[in-house]
Amino acid sequence: MFESFDAVLLARIQFAFTVSFHIIFPAFSIGLASYLAVLNGLYLWKKDDVYLQLFDFWKTIFAVAFGMGVVSGIVMSYQFGTNWAVFSDKAGPVIGPLMGYEVLTAFFLEAGFLGVMLFGLKRVGPGLHFFATCMVALGTLISATWILAVNSWMQTPAGFGFNDKGQFIPLDWWAVIFNPSFPYRLVHMVLAAYLTTALVVGACGAWHLLKGTAPRRAGKMFSMAMGMVALVAPIQIIAGDAHGLNTLEHQPAKVMGMEGHFQSHAEGAPLILFGIPNQDEQRMDYAVEIPKLSSLILKHDLNAPLAGLDTIPRELQPPVAVIFWSFRVMVGLGFAMLGLGLWSLWCRYKGTLLTARPLQRVAVTMGPAGFIAVLAGWITTEVGRQPFTVYGHLLTAQSHSPLGAPAVATSLILFIIVYFFVFGAGTFYILRLMGRLPRDPTAEIGGAPLRSTGITPGPASNAHHGGSHAH
Amino acid sequence: MPIDYAFIWAALIAFAVLAYVVLDGFDLGIGVLFPFFRNEHDRDQMVNSVAPVWDGNETWLVLGGGGLLAVFPLAYATILPALYMPIILMLLGLIFRGVAFEYRWRTTRWKPVWDVGFAGGSILAGFCQGIALGALVQGIPVANRAYSGGWWDWLTPFSIATGVALVLGYGLLGATWLVFKTVGPLREQARRFALPLALVTVAAMGIFSLWTPWLKPHYLDRWFGYPTAIFSVIVPLLVLGCLYLIHKGLRDGRDWLPFVAALGLFVLGYAGIGISFYPYIVPTALTIWEAAAPDDSLKFLLVGAAVLVPIILIYTSYAYWVFRGKIDPEEGYH
Ligand code: HDD
Ligand code: HEM
Ligand code: HEM
Repeated sequence: MFESFDAVLLARIQFAFTVSFHIIFPAFSIGLASYLAVLNGLYLWKKDDVYLQLFDFWKTIFAVAFGMGVVSGIVMSYQFGTNWAVFSDKAGPVIGPLMGYEVLTAFFLEAGFLGVMLFGLKRVGPGLHFFATCMVALGTLISATWILAVNSWMQTPAGFGFNDKGQFIPLDWWAVIFNPSFPYRLVHMVLAAYLTTALVVGACGAWHLLKGTAPRRAGKMFSMAMGMVALVAPIQIIAGDAHGLNTLEHQPAKVMGMEGHFQSHAEGAPLILFGIPNQDEQRMDYAVEIPKLSSLILKHDLNAPLAGLDTIPRELQPPVAVIFWSFRVMVGLGFAMLGLGLWSLWCRYKGTLLTARPLQRVAVTMGPAGFIAVLAGWITTEVGRQPFTVYGHLLTAQSHSPLGAPAVATSLILFIIVYFFVFGAGTFYILRLMGRLPRDPTAEIGGAPLRSTGITPGPASNAHHGGSHAH
Repeated sequence: MPIDYAFIWAALIAFAVLAYVVLDGFDLGIGVLFPFFRNEHDRDQMVNSVAPVWDGNETWLVLGGGGLLAVFPLAYATILPALYMPIILMLLGLIFRGVAFEYRWRTTRWKPVWDVGFAGGSILAGFCQGIALGALVQGIPVANRAYSGGWWDWLTPFSIATGVALVLGYGLLGATWLVFKTVGPLREQARRFALPLALVTVAAMGIFSLWTPWLKPHYLDRWFGYPTAIFSVIVPLLVLGCLYLIHKGLRDGRDWLPFVAALGLFVLGYAGIGISFYPYIVPTALTIWEAAAPDDSLKFLLVGAAVLVPIILIYTSYAYWVFRGKIDPEEGYH
């Protein structure tokens, strides 16, 4: 089935596949680590048991997600060499040290304190345990910083030169790290991780509110998460807009693709809401447009001229259909999150946050929205960078390893089988853990008959899922 | 005299790889021994004895790989394609064993599945690392700054032998770690395994010492030429010394000693390999200077490493210190 594929295409599919799986876990664990630190801190500060119970509940889920993030991440750090050897040789002197710093400042920090955070409370006491939790959270953020510096440099390279071996060499480290798109990408991604986590926490809280499992803890989670969504979603939209303007300046072809602008517009470009990109014919079929709005958004001027893909040679254009749609998915979800946040504010204002069932049902459905938006955003970013690996300097078609299609196809098939099996099982365990908020035996239940669901699962769930591990 | 950054980095990367081999070595070794320990409670203790530290141990592998990309990009870009399949299989093995730490607590019905994943993944990872080492010792053809061989070149009797030997060596580290960290029947069983594994490991080291010099004239030179030949005389004596200490520690019930002596065996074997390789990083195709990144890259990361590696060593030791002593069979971490 792979005869018609060449090794480069297979290597691209493999990178896209493994990194897409990988990013799902960091997007969740960056936010969750901060959330755990906050819960831990609140517990120490307010001495209210609800925070400790929430901490223990999410800690277990964090451990599973973090484990998946680690093993899928180790794959990524070797994938540059196995599949993109030429890229590694050429760009290694610039991006390698940044990734080296990521290991030294972030990965060791996370790993060193993770054991203490997960298993050490009784051995080190609450103060040091809280410190360990904070270090894990800090580690996830430092890690994001370095890897986004690397990725941003590949998008908007700066501060480098070439040597006689054809390698990129660093001239100014400050310019390499703080390359033009880095600050925007860092802010946008960290906010995305917080939003993703808030949506998951919110969905879990809403689920248990709807089922009446443990109203106090579920209510606390739901309230915290909805507050976070209401706060971060608008900031994220503003950050995304600023990010887009930056991209327009440094990678105009990508924005032309995202907007579906095949033609240049001398006087005010329309915003194409929907349409079918037809790259062979270089036009949008069935376009639904709002005149001049695109110029307003991108140039803050209704009549500003805007260049289109007709100014870019066909072989240097990114695949338009992919980024046109992925961009719309991300933006659509962004506004949906904003809507959820505003609705929750309204309910909070009316005092019905914990009883508003329609809101809670929508929050449950929106649980996975962050992950989808994150993936859509990365697809826009990365596919929009094509046909380059280092934008403007190194073509993807010249970056790969001297390997034949059979080698890459074999490893790709192995990755697909193993990832779906292993990470499928992990996702199932996480969902099951989220579904098992132990019932509170005290007054929280408010007179409802005590049932032992949660702590010891009922026989039905035992038969279906193999039961839980009691410890 | 100008500072030789490439040389310093070669030493640092060598240190990272050694740290990886001995640290992840003992927790992979736990997985290697898993099939021989059938008691469920023993298995839980085995996993618990490394659960708080395995992630940190594996981070040295990321430092080895990431560091290679940073400071010897050409070595990274030729070794990884040359060892394509062993590396991919090693990564897949590490996935299975890594997730098993959490997964096996999350289910009863599938616990045996993840136990198989833990053992199989550990064995596969160790075997592939041994194969990678063997293939590297045998040499990798490089032309025009790229690997120029095929995708099955790594598969030879020599590399398979190094793969098997490394798995057994990891088993030794795992067994002595269990003697060190556990009590009761589990410790007894580990004690019974430790000595045979030590004997096999030392025998394997002997075989490779006789085999390697004949693979390349360069090795022969390093082994029997002055001054490195001095080393060739001393090392076998030290190896026998370590073997004796393992035996003594097991006999006298000094439970930390066999583990430390087993680490000693690994350090000696590793030093032997290092001496054979020098001055090459990809024997005998690329020297460390040919593969090194420009000085600006080496200097930039060296500043950080000089400050951060000591700090890392401090808090990593602290994490080990927190979980010091024999593990209490009744205290579940989970
Ligand atoms: C450190 C660098 C780096 C980072 C952080 C990312 N990528 Fe990337 N990505 C690459 C470096 C890269 C690459 C090595 O440069 C690839 C391989 C081929 C290519 O053109 O770029 C690539 C390709 C690539 C492709 C295929 C594009 C195509 O060939 O059309 C997709 C879909 C993604 N990536 C997705 C992602 C996602 C979801 C990421 C989320 C974290 C991500 N990338 C982070
Ligand atoms: C950088 C990390 C964070 C810091 C420093 C932080 C800080 C705080 C502080 C100090 C409070 C006040 C607590 C109180 O008075 O009850 C708070 C509450 C809250 N936290 Fe965070 N937080 C962080 C991350 C998060 C994340 C990731 C979430 C989302 C899941 C979140 C959701 C909330 C919400 C919405 C509240 C309001 C309290 C409530 O409604 O009960 N925070 N946060
Ligand atoms: C609705 C408003 C939003 C706008 C206008 C927006 C804008 C953008 C733009 C222009 C890019 C591409 C930048 C480039 O390739 O150079 C991008 C990427 C991305 N977006 Fe959004 N975005 C929005 C909402 C969201 C939401 C809600 C999430 C996730 C929760 C998200 C997550 C991401 C991620 C992870 C990336 C890739 C990383 C990056 O390049 O920053 N975005 N966004």
